[in-house]
Amino acid sequence: MNNYFIKRTGRAVLTLWVTVTLTFGLIRAIPGGPLEMLRARLVRQGVDPTRIDAIIQSRQEESQPIYVEYYEYMSSLLSGNLGESFYFREPVSSIITDALPWTVFVMVTATIILFAIAIVWGAIIAYKEGSTFDTVSSGLSILMSSVPFYVLGILFVVVLSYRFGIFPARYRTSPGVTASLSIQFVGNALYHAALPIASIVITQVGLQTLAMRGNSIQVLGEDFVRVARLRGLSDRRIAVRYVGRNAILPMYTGFLTLIGFNLGGSVILEEIFTYTGIGYYMFEALINRDYALMMGIFLVITTALVLSVYIADLTYGLVDPRVKSGDSSEAY
Amino acid sequence: MKHTESETGTEEEFSFGAAQSEVEVSTADRLRDIYREFIYKPGLVAWEDNRTRIGASILAVYVFIGTVGTWFYRAPTTNQSERSLQPFQTWEAPLGTTSSGEDVLAMAIHATPEMLIMILSGGIFATVLAVLIGTVAGYKGGTTDRVLTTFSDVAMSIPGLPLIMVLAVVISPERATVIGILITINYWAGLARSIRSQVLTIREHSYVEASRTMGVSTPRIIFKDVIPNIMPYVLVNFANAARYVVFASVGLYYLGILPTSVANWGIQLNNAYSRAGALSGGGTMYQLVVPMIAIMFLALGLILLAQGMDRVFNPRVRTRLAGESESETEDDEDAAAPTEVMT
Repeated sequence: MNNYFIKRTGRAVLTLWVTVTLTFGLIRAIPGGPLEMLRARLVRQGVDPTRIDAIIQSRQEESQPIYVEYYEYMSSLLSGNLGESFYFREPVSSIITDALPWTVFVMVTATIILFAIAIVWGAIIAYKEGSTFDTVSSGLSILMSSVPFYVLGILFVVVLSYRFGIFPARYRTSPGVTASLSIQFVGNALYHAALPIASIVITQVGLQTLAMRGNSIQVLGEDFVRVARLRGLSDRRIAVRYVGRNAILPMYTGFLTLIGFNLGGSVILEEIFTYTGIGYYMFEALINRDYALMMGIFLVITTALVLSVYIADLTYGLVDPRVKSGDSSEAY
Repeated sequence: MKHTESETGTEEEFSFGAAQSEVEVSTADRLRDIYREFIYKPGLVAWEDNRTRIGASILAVYVFIGTVGTWFYRAPTTNQSERSLQPFQTWEAPLGTTSSGEDVLAMAIHATPEMLIMILSGGIFATVLAVLIGTVAGYKGGTTDRVLTTFSDVAMSIPGLPLIMVLAVVISPERATVIGILITINYWAGLARSIRSQVLTIREHSYVEASRTMGVSTPRIIFKDVIPNIMPYVLVNFANAARYVVFASVGLYYLGILPTSVANWGIQLNNAYSRAGALSGGGTMYQLVVPMIAIMFLALGLILLAQGMDRVFNPRVRTRLAGESESETEDDEDAAAPTEVMT
């Protein structure tokens, strides 16, 4: 176990290091570069050419050997300095601290809701396998999975927000609502997050339901369930203790991974709902070629994903006692 | 898959027995064997399932539209018909026109070939890479395994969509093939991991061991003994990868991150959403709905295909009425550890 823990931690650190190096390389690979973009912007603003040259000169740093730049990049990252956003003229870290909680709130809520639905629904379908209910539910699950979340999101905005005005189409809260732990604030935040959450839940619940159905069917066929029946245990006890437990456990890692995965999808989702989380800022950064912000958010999303998979891997042994050491976690 | 001959017993023996045999199997024979083993047999088994049948039919319609359809239906240009025409008004533009007089149906049809190319290139790239890395890692074990597994773990932990977006901005790809590969730039990793765990069980099988003792070379064992066994599983995941390519590419086109020189349903969505005033309720919903339906049915076809085949090949999803499925899977009694691949 200890050995596995060290190895797994090493791998997480390695992944983060690769990503950081990748972003470092990407920033240098981007044609133009920040100074060129600055020049273009100043030209658009009609600034006098000699002044532009002076500004560029003053911003120009001595070109250093690549390893020195790399070292400085790494050390500033480690001290939490992600640079300054070119477009918003704010430190990248302060933009991220402002936006990240909202994205995490939407994605975690959505993932919890969709897993709750998938587990109950999938278990019921499995129990009634072969019935009309099974056919209809499985068909519906597949049908829902064939809609990309952003397509449903666009439909929601067009129909529910603009046509009928039931839900707000933009922003995290209504103007004037300040962040506090009041009922008004929480309610307002939920109201604004309802459509983004719904579009994730509806389009992703299908595949998880089918996975749960598959797990449950497999468990139902196991000998220990038959033995439990023969022992005359109550249906409830069999359903919860024997089938439910064994069918849900394999979905545990999927749950944490999906949260991380959805954080990556936030760019499209938040752009559609004009929800100012990290995805929204990443899109703005991409459009404005704001490389510092773009790479900062990319790093944050990667870190979140690496951490969630890391936690999933390390805790899987705790929730599922059958997995003794981590290496056998892939043997199920 | 270079030299994958058939895996039937007689031929196996034959090619081993006479290592440099004079009686070469002709290319036609070999192709016929490959067809029988990897397409006809799994196809026949999968065809039993309604989902596979419907999925394959839907995909066939798309292929038809993307190949023949584009020849018969005019390409979209501005002002080819009256502007802002509602659907079902004239035969000239059955699904209406945009505010610049472009035929909406023509736009949808002419986006299909590029999408199919993207799916193919992305799907092939992801599955071939995953099969190579997964089988070698699983079969060889040891240091090779450790290096390859770490490599795919790292690739897997980098979030796909943001990475693709950043790369799309950096290299701004124009060709559909390049876009397909870009989208699956790290998608292969998850698939490689699950293929590896399948191979781990296959390598212990007696016939693999037999080949090993006979001194058959590793590449030959991998191609002849291991890969045929995971082929059905690979086909299922090809369909899943294809769906991922559809979703990701349309999303990126919708955001305008990919170059808009190519026709795509995502661009159509974006135009309908931001320019045509579908928001203000100006009666332009049809411009949104047409590309949405195009995306949905393609994804539906791919999911149905994957699910239908998965039911046959994946024991976890197989029905507990064992009798029903056993007869169907004569060539796959060892479909190994089931693993779900995240979408």
